[in-house]
Amino acid sequence: MASLTIRNLNKTFGSVAVLKGIDLEVETGEFVVLVGPSGCGKSTLLAMIAGLESVSAGEIRIGERIVNGVAPKDRDIAMVFQSYALYPTMTVRANITFGMESRGVPKQAQAEALARVAALLQIQGLLDRKPSQLSGGQRQRVAMGRALVRDPALFLFDEPLSNLDAKLRVEMRTEIKKLYQRLGQTTIYVTHDQVEAMTLASRIAVMHQGRLQQFAEPRTVYDRPANMFVAGFIGSPPMNFLPAQISASGPAVLVLEESEGQGTRLPLPDDVAQSAGDGRRVLLGIRPENLTRYDHRWADEKPCLGTIKAPVEIVEPTGAETMAVVRIGSREVIARYEPDAAPAIGETVTLAVDMAKACLFDPATEMLI
Amino acid sequence: MAEAAGYDPLGAAGTWRHQRAKLVVYTLLCLFALYYVLPLGVVILNSFRDLPDINRNGLIGLPHSFSLNYWSLAWDKFCVGGTCAGIEPFFFNSVSMVVPATIISTAVGAVNGYVLAKWRFTGSEVLFGLMTLGVFMPGQMVLLPWARVLGWLGLTNTTSGLVLIHCVQGLSFTTLFCRNYYVNIPDDLIKAARIDGAGFWRIFRKIVLPLSPPILIVTVIWQFTNIWNEFLFAVIFSSGTHQPITAALIALSAGGTSVHQYNVESAAVLIAALPPLLVYVFGGRYFLRGLTQGALK
Repeated sequence: MASLTIRNLNKTFGSVAVLKGIDLEVETGEFVVLVGPSGCGKSTLLAMIAGLESVSAGEIRIGERIVNGVAPKDRDIAMVFQSYALYPTMTVRANITFGMESRGVPKQAQAEALARVAALLQIQGLLDRKPSQLSGGQRQRVAMGRALVRDPALFLFDEPLSNLDAKLRVEMRTEIKKLYQRLGQTTIYVTHDQVEAMTLASRIAVMHQGRLQQFAEPRTVYDRPANMFVAGFIGSPPMNFLPAQISASGPAVLVLEESEGQGTRLPLPDDVAQSAGDGRRVLLGIRPENLTRYDHRWADEKPCLGTIKAPVEIVEPTGAETMAVVRIGSREVIARYEPDAAPAIGETVTLAVDMAKACLFDPATEMLI
Repeated sequence: MAEAAGYDPLGAAGTWRHQRAKLVVYTLLCLFALYYVLPLGVVILNSFRDLPDINRNGLIGLPHSFSLNYWSLAWDKFCVGGTCAGIEPFFFNSVSMVVPATIISTAVGAVNGYVLAKWRFTGSEVLFGLMTLGVFMPGQMVLLPWARVLGWLGLTNTTSGLVLIHCVQGLSFTTLFCRNYYVNIPDDLIKAARIDGAGFWRIFRKIVLPLSPPILIVTVIWQFTNIWNEFLFAVIFSSGTHQPITAALIALSAGGTSVHQYNVESAAVLIAALPPLLVYVFGGRYFLRGLTQGALK
């Protein structure tokens, strides 16, 4: 086990800059998820950590050692691939022991490591099969077994669950989490699925267009996204954005610019209003679960509760909750309802806005205020 | 796929028209097949007929006599270019040329393909393009350069010289075949093996080669057939007892006597044609499978 330090890392393919000044400090035993839309550079970053891609500029350290010019096999890493990359002509057993054989591990130690991993992943019965005789989930297990069979400084996962169907994906996600809790290995995990990122990570690194957008605990990334990209990417359905202006004359309020009538006024926590400044134009970011059916009883519990009236345009039941798309000014906004209290289409509803959970963004820089 | 396989292009019309159309098509196909196989049939028949029979009833005709004698004459008794040992020595000249040339050119082609597909470097695509150019280069163009090279190396009129020529000339094909096959092997396999600690040759031996039989069979059949049947280099760069069988056949028909021994010549031609034919009969289905199948299902 080791830490991972990345300093001012850059990657260019010809004239195209794929990674721009990435800084990342992963502590020993952390589970860090690199997440972002496709093309954000997360897989390239992982490949560079693995040594499969060269470094254009900057520095990668595993533990105390700079590994920029070190071959993949000498970096003390294990990797699970999206395609599993199982050697098709070898049995499961040979797949798992191939690495140890390449490194000249004695037969006895190989057999012990194989038995340990096979028991851990419950694949004892599959050892003599070829990859083509395995189901998707079984292949996934074998691919993990191949990585787990050694005790590397770093575990690297490249979208390991994206080839599985939805149900199996959730199962394997839980299993990976269990494994991590048991082994506590330093892990870098790449995914484009924000749910995977939230559920697995001890810290999430959100990437977009070759830059690191935010690197923080899942709760922080969710509650206090560093900018509008992160706010929109993490969370499903995504955060709503509404243009507004701060007014600090009297108790601080936020005036929505595009609402019906002459500007809906929403209460604002004083510290937020102060740090933002009077009269400043902002974008209000509010998650669907903080925008829901108004209930009188909340008035005492939630000090910063505002209300908006809006017509319902679409209702989307998902089972556990029902999403209502309402129109506020020119914008479609998603509100979350309990299925029993779901509104009807066309109805004008009064929505409670929990302003204590609201995020304000600068319209020009798109950064969190 | 099942539907496509069962689709009958003639099945759309009614039963009567359907039958009639089928009859026409199959009759035509049979005629073409007959036309195509006729020369082979004539040669086979002539290899069993005696000379008076051929002279009296014509070169094309059903046998009025039958003897296996001409095959044994052609094999090790008939006089070719002054020595009377039949075509046997030339047959084995060909064997000792085609076996090493096929093995070496296939092996080198496989390694070339592996490098060009999985270890790309600056200019590797250009290099591949240039190598493929060799596929389209007519042999006549390189006769003079080869003559010089063989002279320098002291390999003029030797089997080794012909082996060298066929290895080099065949590389374009073997590299093209193998490279295009290996491109379909997922890069992740190579990456996984690199992380697992395997090097260039270990990856080739343990990962790539075990996936290669389909394309290696194609390459071997292709090379074997082409090198065995090759005539131009054989006749230019060898003479006398060093000739491969294709070149020797000419010497045989230009034998001392003015009388053409059609029966013996026919038998000799058939013997010469046998090895590639056998290779195709036993390897043909692998050949087709290898051409159509990707590296991984």
